[in-house]
Amino acid sequence: MELFSLAIKSIFIDNMVFAYFLGMCSFLAVSKKVSTALGLGAAVIFVLTVTAPTNWLLNEFVLKEGALTWLGESFATIDLSFLRFIMFIAIIAAMVQLVEMVVEKFAPALYGALGIFLPLIAVNCAILGGSLFMATRDYTLAEAAVYGFGSGVGFFLAIVALAAIREKLKYSNVPNGLKGLGITMLITGLMGIAFMSFMGIDL
Amino acid sequence: MKFLRDLLDKQKPLFQKGGKLEYFYYAFEAGETFLFSPKHTNGIKGAQVKDAIDLKRMMITVVIAMIPCLLFGIYNTGHQHFLATGQTAGLWEDFGPKLLLGLELVLPIVIVAYAAGGLVEAAFAVIRKHPINEGFLVTGMLIPLVVPATLPLWQVALATIFAVIIAKEVFGGTGMNILNVAMTARAFLYFAYPAQISGDQVWTYLGDKAPVDGFSGATALAVAYNAGVEGETVTAALSSHNSEVQQGLFSFWNLFVGWIPGSIGETSTLMALVGAAILIGTGVASWKIIVSGFAGAFLMGLVMNLLAVNEYMSMAPEYHWVVGGLAFGVVFMATDPVSAAQTETGKWIYGLLIGVLTVIIRVTNPAYPEGIMLAVLFMNVFAPLIDHYVVKANKKRRLQRATV
Repeated sequence: MELFSLAIKSIFIDNMVFAYFLGMCSFLAVSKKVSTALGLGAAVIFVLTVTAPTNWLLNEFVLKEGALTWLGESFATIDLSFLRFIMFIAIIAAMVQLVEMVVEKFAPALYGALGIFLPLIAVNCAILGGSLFMATRDYTLAEAAVYGFGSGVGFFLAIVALAAIREKLKYSNVPNGLKGLGITMLITGLMGIAFMSFMGIDL
Repeated sequence: MKFLRDLLDKQKPLFQKGGKLEYFYYAFEAGETFLFSPKHTNGIKGAQVKDAIDLKRMMITVVIAMIPCLLFGIYNTGHQHFLATGQTAGLWEDFGPKLLLGLELVLPIVIVAYAAGGLVEAAFAVIRKHPINEGFLVTGMLIPLVVPATLPLWQVALATIFAVIIAKEVFGGTGMNILNVAMTARAFLYFAYPAQISGDQVWTYLGDKAPVDGFSGATALAVAYNAGVEGETVTAALSSHNSEVQQGLFSFWNLFVGWIPGSIGETSTLMALVGAAILIGTGVASWKIIVSGFAGAFLMGLVMNLLAVNEYMSMAPEYHWVVGGLAFGVVFMATDPVSAAQTETGKWIYGLLIGVLTVIIRVTNPAYPEGIMLAVLFMNVFAPLIDHYVVKANKKRRLQRATV
């Protein structure tokens, strides 16, 4: 039950995009078509679900203060948490490479559509953010996995909804100065208002 | 009528190409088509069928459907004031003063909303050279109906301007917006100036008079939520609430008819249903959204009954229909043809989820006693996605049927 409410919380209440405004670059850039947004969203779900628990293990047994105790008593005082960023990013980059190879092999059309943004998932701040939140909030391994998955689903929902809106927006008469990213930023803000409906729910 | 037509025809050349006031053509055109349905004809020969109903007449129908709510709201504003200050107990006693006070409070809000929004609208029309958007007739009426009568007028103006520009004009005007404009205005007020649009103090106008002893300005939703927190049965809390002011203020019947404190136009479920009848009868609003919206709220009420973690959750589901602005929101906000789902199947899903979400937000979110506003906005965001998948499923089904 606790895990379930954590999942709901990370999808709707603490939505990566609308509560923390993380992962904006790919959110804005790859949301022109629903099908591509779907592909990127799925990739983000996968990467977050895998990296959050992996990074949890890394943090628990290598990086945290006293995490290296299993090597021997003399390691008990070592604190490697200053390496967190670089180690987390390394894991994430490795995972993204994996996803990239899989997508290129099995869905070449999607691979072409995602273009540069697929490798750029590696520096998508929603993913690093997921790992860092997981570390600072002292989740357990199961919680970290659920949290990663939930955050991914939250991002997925947001980007797919935005893509559908932008497809509809083709019929709109947006002022020249606002065409493209400008109107998308405005929509993101308005969507943020809509997502406020869940903020404050205590699960 | 003839006189008006002649007057317009005489002025027309002034605004047409080459005329002195050419720049203001769209302002003129708005006035003209507002009064008379335009005589657009095309040169194609042969039989043609053309309906006189255009966007302007459609919007005017919505405004007419809102008039019962408005009139009720005006009288109720006065009535609540007289009740709270202990001047009369009977509903129809002091009819004149109540009506006058109501008019005095509500009319300025309506005028300010129309003026502020109308100015923005006209400015955009002249600069961007598009006809003035008729949708504003509805927005300008909806905004006053969803705010409390005590709201400062400058906030009405600010919210209207914000919503018309950010929620509508940047998308190109009526028919192209993503979110419901009136709901955006209310959400803006709610997050920017919560002190004037939430809590217990804002719903009843007291003026400089002292309220009667034991008066509480809380809405039925707030009473119900607190009952849930304190572990009291909701119906008991509702029926004992404010008994010093009036016996049975929050009885089911009174909640349904709407002689209760709240935003100007949203208290009366009955009047919203009258509006719904007009909208459905004229074919302006989708009955599917209205029916599924009410059904969604009822179903979610039943689910909450099954969970029944606190007393609020075990409130009888039909109460969700009559407390707060659910009826008004479902009838007038959710059915906005621009921001709602466009496909027929999509409308069922869209309406149902609005009802469900409203009840979820009401019951579980302590930050918002009323959920309909954010539920409508949330579903506005997802309506294009619902449509996308309904169309896709449709295509798939028809492709399977097709034989090459």
